[in-house]
Amino acid sequence: MSRRISPVIPGFGLTLGYTLVYLSLLVLIPLGAMFLKTTQLSWEQFWAIVTAPRVLAALRLSFGAALAAAVLNGIIGTLLAWVLVRYEFPGRRIIDAMVDLPFALPTAVAGIALTALYAPSGLVGRFATELGLKIAYTPLGITLALTFVTLPFVARTVQPVLADIPREIEEAAACLGARPLQVFRHILLPALLPAWLTGFALAFARGVGEYGSVIFIAGNMPMKTEILPLLIMVKLDQYDYAGATAIGVLMLVVSFILLLLINLLQRRIEAP
Amino acid sequence: MTSATLTVAAARRGNPWARRALILAAWLAFALFLLLPLFVVLSEALKQGLGTFVDAILEPDALSALKLTVLAVLISVPLNLVFGVAAAWCVSKFEFRGKSLLVTLIDLPFSVSPVIAGLIYVLLFGAQGYFGEWLSDHDIQIVFAVPGIVLATLFVTVPFVARELIPLMQEQGTQEEEAARLLGANGWQMFWHVTLPNIRWGLIYGVVLCTARAMGEFGAVSVVSGHIRGVTNTLPLHVEILYNEYNHVAAFSVASLLLLLALVILLLKQWSESRMSRLNTPADEE
Amino acid sequence: MSIRRFALAALAAALLAGEASAATELLNVSYDPTRELYQEYNAAFAKHWKQESGEDVKIQQSHGGSGKQARSVIDGLKADVVTLALAGDIDELQKLGKLIPADWQTRLPQNSTPYTSTIVFLVRKGNPKGIKDWNDLTRDGVEVITPNPKTSGGARWNFLAAWAWAKKTYGSDAKAQAYVQALYKHVPVLDTGARGSTITFVNNNIGDVLVAWENEAFLALKEQGGDNFEIVAPSLSILAEPPVSVVDKNVDKKGTRKVAEAYLQYLYSDEGQRIAAKNFYRPRNEKIAAEFAQQFPNLELVTVDKDFDGWKSAQPRFFDDGGVFDQIYQAQ
Repeated sequence: MSRRISPVIPGFGLTLGYTLVYLSLLVLIPLGAMFLKTTQLSWEQFWAIVTAPRVLAALRLSFGAALAAAVLNGIIGTLLAWVLVRYEFPGRRIIDAMVDLPFALPTAVAGIALTALYAPSGLVGRFATELGLKIAYTPLGITLALTFVTLPFVARTVQPVLADIPREIEEAAACLGARPLQVFRHILLPALLPAWLTGFALAFARGVGEYGSVIFIAGNMPMKTEILPLLIMVKLDQYDYAGATAIGVLMLVVSFILLLLINLLQRRIEAP
Repeated sequence: MTSATLTVAAARRGNPWARRALILAAWLAFALFLLLPLFVVLSEALKQGLGTFVDAILEPDALSALKLTVLAVLISVPLNLVFGVAAAWCVSKFEFRGKSLLVTLIDLPFSVSPVIAGLIYVLLFGAQGYFGEWLSDHDIQIVFAVPGIVLATLFVTVPFVARELIPLMQEQGTQEEEAARLLGANGWQMFWHVTLPNIRWGLIYGVVLCTARAMGEFGAVSVVSGHIRGVTNTLPLHVEILYNEYNHVAAFSVASLLLLLALVILLLKQWSESRMSRLNTPADEE
Repeated sequence: MSIRRFALAALAAALLAGEASAATELLNVSYDPTRELYQEYNAAFAKHWKQESGEDVKIQQSHGGSGKQARSVIDGLKADVVTLALAGDIDELQKLGKLIPADWQTRLPQNSTPYTSTIVFLVRKGNPKGIKDWNDLTRDGVEVITPNPKTSGGARWNFLAAWAWAKKTYGSDAKAQAYVQALYKHVPVLDTGARGSTITFVNNNIGDVLVAWENEAFLALKEQGGDNFEIVAPSLSILAEPPVSVVDKNVDKKGTRKVAEAYLQYLYSDEGQRIAAKNFYRPRNEKIAAEFAQQFPNLELVTVDKDFDGWKSAQPRFFDDGGVFDQIYQAQ
């Protein structure tokens, strides 16, 4: 089954075996239990649960807000990566170090901090209210919370790739009369796209499932600001295990397909 | 000076206005999205002075939450470290069918909602779960006790070390290991003396991220914790409890303790990263 | 020398062993707003139990949404006693977990409810929106804060109180549903628990009126100072009965039945009732209730048993999937 890149490197059986056993015990069997629980439902029941209006509304919100946050991060993350790689300026090292903060900051802390910030009495919320804009307890607030939590993904995947692109190519293009926009479209974009997509997809997948930071700022209104993970909690609190796992399975399948696509995409790009 | 070198120099500098605008935009985004939340946490914590801040952190329930958090980190990080090295080894040094699938599986906990991560262990080990009866007959408590919290933490941090090591080891290839083997080293000798020094900084980076996440996990742990004060509360859960007890200042104080730990971790990460790039640069130029 | 060392070691061992065996531990799994009540009551009971039996008892607390807490116990959280927001949640311990007998509510006096509460309004100081009764909540420009009845026991009492008032005022179920639907249109945030709603209203300054447990409203006044808020009692409300029970399967296994039962019994004692009243729960004991009569507004109260045919029928009708609450939101 295995084709060793080199004939003398040992440890294939050991490491693959260990990896599979560990993953099985910790990830696969527990996730399997969730699928097993869902089989208590007939296909019709499963379908009825995942297409209930409230679930569909939460589905739209979770995926919509995660998508919006991923797009926003696609822009902010690229901007940060570009500035960090290409320019030398005061505070560069600080920004570089702190981009990972949302990874390291517990999500519950992020949640209460963002609520304190964006609630109508908060530092930013006050200005927004004067402008007639509501942030906390609206889809906008959810999107902002997700943007914060997933901020490092795009920046951190694009940054190393950008650093590897030889400046000479751009310079040559510029010498040959290419305008900056053309340089970007024909040289930078193709090189950055795979990394950008990976970051985008990771941010998206993480955003769909995020709970701790969103729950404080979401408002949790059925049909309006109720996210999918909260709906799972709500179902659980009503002792509806099968219903909760049905939504869980739905989310899991979507995440899995998404990740599989990313990995296939990456491998296709890596293998010339 | 020829006109060509002038153009090159201009291209290298870029349009100064565009440059300034971009740097300004980056600073704004940074301040708005990262600095402000940080500032809020710290300023709320210190609202009533340093004394209340210190009291909130030294309170017995906070200390026991800290202990539990440290315990969860001390168990989950080493286990995921060993797993990460093994997984990265088989993925990066060998070609086999189903590799994409395996990598996806390793990544999966990244994108599984934390709520689901907690739920699955309740389904398995809860009193109504598949192993519930057996566990109860043998007086073993997993969910709503420390083992459940450790399991949930393990789950959400599975990918971190592997994720960091796979690209690094792929890039390094197998030449050095092969050389070691041909010179007569056995598998373990090769690993200790050749592979490990090469991946050392990537490993530290992975461990650092893993630690950060393990420390801060909220959703998954919240589902399996049972929220018993002083017994099964981790620091992030303790923050929520204080927040819910009208104890704003204490909540933000404990939150800033977590924040400070996060900053220390980021510093460690920055340090390991700079070591990594210093080690890599000469190699790139060869 | 060696004898002395031996004696020291023996002494240390005796001390350690003594410490390990003496303190019985009880776990009380409760709902959100009782944190302050049980903090005070646990200390009082530990003292009482020490005098009574000479034993030390240490009581651990877990708080959260009532439904979530019941589910945790069903899923294996080893609670010795549960003190939840409504009987419906404790019923589930019997139905789903087989942890307690079906007649659990008859084991202690007054439906196993040592203290009661009701639902009142908390408004901002001076009552700027002039909120006096339920019909004021659906006026234009009034924002109402109440938690999600799906996850919060308190929110279910809120819902039923609103329903009871509307039904009495407008006469029919259809009109009551129309009123409740209009009411929830005025709710900008549905927190998952009663305490979450209070924080939203009090700390984050959202909304004009908080529909809350009476005890929660009083506590908010006390914690945040009476200068910012005031309590308004509506013309009609509901008698909220948060019951208590020993979890038989757990106490029998742990051997803590005696102390767990005493723990709940003592809630009915003069001291227990006084602590409840001090934490703004209405005591059952008439003598103690008279002592605190000044504290609680006098209002007309319906009960879930008489007016809604008990939780066994109210829960599926209003709050289960597809029930009235779901219909309200899906109609919007």
